[in-house]
Amino acid sequence: MTGTREIPIWFFIGVLLSVYGVMILGYGLWELATGHVANVVLAHLHAPVWWGALMLVLGLFYLVKFRPGR
Amino acid sequence: MPAARSRIGHDRGKMLAMLIAPAFSLSLPTATAAMVATTSIAHLTGLDIAVIVVYFAMVIWIGYYLKNRANTSEEFFMAGREMTAWIAGLSFVSANLGSLELMGWAGSAYQYGILAAHWYWIGAIPAMLFLGIVMMPFYYVSKTHSVPGYLKLRYGQGSSTVAAVSFAFMTILMSGVNMFSMALVMKVVLGWNITFSIVVSSLAVAAYVALGGLRSAIFNEVLQFVLIWGGALLVPILGMIDAGGWTGLKTRILHDLPGQDYLHLWRGLGHFHDNPMGVHWTGIIFGLGFAISFGYWTTDFLVVQRVLAANSLRSARMAPVIGSFFKMAVPFIVILPGLLALVVLHNPNGSLMHLVGEDVVSAHPGMGLHSYNEVLPLMLVRYCGPGLLGLGITALIAGFMSGMAGNVSAFAAVWTYDIYQPMLRKNEPDEHYVTIGRWATVLGVVVSIGAAYLVMHAQGIMDYVQALFSFFIAPLLGAILMGMFWKRATKSGGFWGLLIGTVTSVGLWAWVHFYPAALRFVALSPDAKDMAENMYRALWSLSITVIVTLVVSLCTSGKPDSELKGLVYGATVLPKEDPVAFYKNELFWAAIAVVVFVGLNVMFW
Repeated sequence: MTGTREIPIWFFIGVLLSVYGVMILGYGLWELATGHVANVVLAHLHAPVWWGALMLVLGLFYLVKFRPGR
Repeated sequence: MPAARSRIGHDRGKMLAMLIAPAFSLSLPTATAAMVATTSIAHLTGLDIAVIVVYFAMVIWIGYYLKNRANTSEEFFMAGREMTAWIAGLSFVSANLGSLELMGWAGSAYQYGILAAHWYWIGAIPAMLFLGIVMMPFYYVSKTHSVPGYLKLRYGQGSSTVAAVSFAFMTILMSGVNMFSMALVMKVVLGWNITFSIVVSSLAVAAYVALGGLRSAIFNEVLQFVLIWGGALLVPILGMIDAGGWTGLKTRILHDLPGQDYLHLWRGLGHFHDNPMGVHWTGIIFGLGFAISFGYWTTDFLVVQRVLAANSLRSARMAPVIGSFFKMAVPFIVILPGLLALVVLHNPNGSLMHLVGEDVVSAHPGMGLHSYNEVLPLMLVRYCGPGLLGLGITALIAGFMSGMAGNVSAFAAVWTYDIYQPMLRKNEPDEHYVTIGRWATVLGVVVSIGAAYLVMHAQGIMDYVQALFSFFIAPLLGAILMGMFWKRATKSGGFWGLLIGTVTSVGLWAWVHFYPAALRFVALSPDAKDMAENMYRALWSLSITVIVTLVVSLCTSGKPDSELKGLVYGATVLPKEDPVAFYKNELFWAAIAVVVFVGLNVMFW
């Protein structure tokens, strides 16, 4: 992003979002599979699943688009 | 001024906001009592802790990776002036967007309704656009490395030294105050040990800023900005579903809370006693929208430093314009949760929960009361289970760290360029100043930690620390505007204008502090409250600065035009920018920002 060969900040953001996406989506899927849903309001909407998936998709997009050496 | 005694700040921007918002009343003494008397609001699981650990690993990784990109002073202090408009713009907003601001303004929205959005819209957008479109060319063309640096070029060393010393001292002291405040919040919300919070967060900031300089601070601020949105955005989304959408929210507010207007920005500002904030539209427009907002967004080096790091004049002009769109959107994750909390938060017995001031919480220990400032953590706990809760808490931590990194990186630059170099060691090699900058970063963090513990043991100090900040903002704006747009302004005019404007601000504050009835004169009404006082005090001190600068300049001789080149409107030929497509032009996007800004104000009139 600075016009040189350094890794763009967007790549770091991609890494972070991907890791968080995997963690949160993984937990959400575990909730779905086991039925052990967290005691929060609107738990039936399974926010960890779709929010985690969204983070993962965004993260992967940034990872690929701004990967070093591209 | 009792309400002013109970405010906490985060970085300078947040502190400024808090100075003008009693709603931020997270009283330190009372909060301390509360944290002793109550249990923590949230309990983290292993997954939440893992989310937080990943974040810390990431910021350290970025600092370590960038350590070889901060070898010259231009790289360390100005990020090599290589930032794109997007990075500079996001960093510009992120340095001002912190956890205590998120929590404080959410509490304000709960207490006062949508009026709190004024601090994000009229209290920011016009100033940000003015900085980008009108002022940035002068900052950028002069190649100054700091705001005190511009004052030196325009008015000489005297004005620059006053601004630099006051900025360095107050920045580092405020950083400590904020560090303690954040640790206290972590104690109240999570039950964390205060020393643990202080040491871990400050060491992480010291590591990545000392390693990678401003570039590392900026990169991390962009990362933190994304994280803040990722962690906080889920609350209003789920809250709106919970409340039945905007229509459902309005209906429930009107039904559950009759008698107070929570949903209009301007309708209740006809008189001081017509709204719970005790403000008047003239104060909002001229005090907040001009004196305070322009003072902060266009002259506070903490935010201006981010834009000065842009890779071209066009990027430097575009950065605040980009930032303005995100600033306009922040109420969605701050104000809206506060409004939603009015109708969705319930006690265990099913009754509507009523949040109260910190003084009430501390006066009734053991009753399970929660303060306005706990709105966001309560909403997080309501909707977010394992993982998502950790993400929300990480967003709060990220907000704190972005503010602190902003403070220490700005401090290091001002200390090295505007104090150490001109006054102590003038002609040293470049590497020497980089070394001094790294040590200044570490020293800044260490002094901040010391200040945090000082505040912990003498909490009354922070009232005065916060008041001190408000003394400099408006006079500095007056001095810079006169210097930038009036060729006739002289060195003596600038110095005396800045000095007497600051003295005026201190004097008005002391007058009201020791003689509360003076509020009717300072804020033009006996019905005015603290926020109105701050707005009008800024306006008075700005006016005095301009008048003194004007009069003294007319009585003294100024510089010839040739010496004002690149510094003053009318004596500077701005470089021609290469033509670009309209959708890449900063003026086009500034016009769009104005339209959105006006639209929002009309929509919530």
